[in-house]
Amino acid sequence: MGFQRSKSGKIFRRIAFAGAVLAIAVIALFPFYYAILTSFKTGSALFQVSYWIGDITLINYQSIFREQPFGLQILNSLLVATVVVGLSLLLGVTAAFAFGRVRFRGRGLLLVTVLAVSMFPQVSILSGMFELVRALGLYNRLPSLILSNLVLTLPFTVWVFTTFMRELPKELEEAAYVDGATPWTVVRRVFLPLMGPALVTTGLLAFIASWNEFLFALTFTLSSETRTVPVAIALISGATALELPWGGIMAASVVVTVPLILLVFIFQRRIVSGLTAGAIKG
Amino acid sequence: MAGLSRRKARAAWIFLAPMLITLAAIAGWPLLRTFWFSLTDASMADLSAWKFIGFDNYLMKDQYGWGGLLVDPDWWRAVYNTLVFTILSVTLETIFGLLVALVLHQRFFGRSFIRAAILVPWAIPTIVSAKIWAWMLHDQFGILNSMMLSLGLITQPIAWAASPDTALAAIVLVDVWKTTPFMALLCLAALQMLPTDCYEAARLDGIPAWRLFFKVTLPLIRPALMVAVIFRALDALRVFDVIYVLTSNTRDTMSMSVFARQHLVEFQSVGYGSAASTALFMVIALLTALYLTLGRVKLAADPN
Repeated sequence: MGFQRSKSGKIFRRIAFAGAVLAIAVIALFPFYYAILTSFKTGSALFQVSYWIGDITLINYQSIFREQPFGLQILNSLLVATVVVGLSLLLGVTAAFAFGRVRFRGRGLLLVTVLAVSMFPQVSILSGMFELVRALGLYNRLPSLILSNLVLTLPFTVWVFTTFMRELPKELEEAAYVDGATPWTVVRRVFLPLMGPALVTTGLLAFIASWNEFLFALTFTLSSETRTVPVAIALISGATALELPWGGIMAASVVVTVPLILLVFIFQRRIVSGLTAGAIKG
Repeated sequence: MAGLSRRKARAAWIFLAPMLITLAAIAGWPLLRTFWFSLTDASMADLSAWKFIGFDNYLMKDQYGWGGLLVDPDWWRAVYNTLVFTILSVTLETIFGLLVALVLHQRFFGRSFIRAAILVPWAIPTIVSAKIWAWMLHDQFGILNSMMLSLGLITQPIAWAASPDTALAAIVLVDVWKTTPFMALLCLAALQMLPTDCYEAARLDGIPAWRLFFKVTLPLIRPALMVAVIFRALDALRVFDVIYVLTSNTRDTMSMSVFARQHLVEFQSVGYGSAASTALFMVIALLTALYLTLGRVKLAADPN
């Protein structure tokens, strides 16, 4: 009897578990699937709720590129994010070497200060940054976004790299110092080659952060030619307030999100380890 | 060796300099300027023409009575909204994140696919997820209303994002959907660091799973959970994107960040907006300090 019950209990548990897995997958993926579905619809079909893809029309995709400089806006986002990643990695690696491998006075305090920067609200530097951007003549130009997005990515990069460098064995650099190498050579020849995976992971996270940034991009750009894609999507509007072009908004959403999702599936393991290194150990 | 460590220390400062100078220029300096602007009547139209007015942006008295941020009902509404949003969303994310992590902690066919799938909401730009949900929550054509109508849960469509009663709930829903994956991954990482032997012993002794969870698992992953919670809470306190897009600038759902930006940019009053930004900064700094002290969270373990 007891055996019987435990057997049916096991089957029940398996079904419940499979249900939970299915629910997680559906909840995570359905909204994006629905966005794709909507992006293929037009006219009155848009306003009929459906769960499957019926007639596919690419009109929405054509219209976002025709009615606004969406291609240029994608290039803007790409350019800003790439430069931000490059600068973050460059400044992050050298700083992390100092933080992770060298003992010096004030290291702990400095490290906490850097971490604090990643925690404070973006809006608290908005007016100061606005003044700086204007003083440098960068208002409504892409470098303003590069400067401001570094605030998001640089502290995080420094933090992850520092954690990574700390864990490398001491013997690695000692041999190099005995051979008379300078610290700079040690960074370049000993640490950089080992940091490949960390560079890819952190670079990817920084890229996503910069690609998705909205507040600075909304405030420091004015014309549609300098907008990045999140701002462009937020500001898509119809002929009237009542007539929002949902098909176009969804098409634009799919276009800017598909590359990110591909990156996520390709680099899944690394992203997970990067996120946890940045937060748990942080 | 002493010569080497001195040389290394000097090199360390040289290596740090570019990063420190950059951060000081783009974070430290703007932050100080924001503090300063909050003591002036600066306007966006001409940032160089300002007058020092002390703490008048925060609190002042003139012939009409008291004025300033501290007696501004809209500001307090924003503070209330932000706190409610933070508490609700972080609580829900922690619970759901833990549940998802417990599921993903098991071995099953297709686990790595599911793990990648839950990263999708996290990777989608906030703006995009807000737009997608705005469409799904649409009062007339939204799929959520259609689903609930056909299931008989509601009798007429609800204007989720537009009605003051449901707007905050809608915002929390979108945020929970978007950030539960982050929480789940942090919980999962903590679960995977747990020792397996005590679970073996507990299983042999026939201790029920739920007791094991509350008596062993939860206390063991608590430190990691605390760090995850503070990361999410700090993020939630500065919420901007999702509210700006989903419910625009209505007073009912405005967060502190949305309030500050509205005054800075739309009303052009840099002084008042900066005062709000500074107040938000102070609130966050205070809550962080409290949390770290009370929760005894160790954030920056010193190397070596």
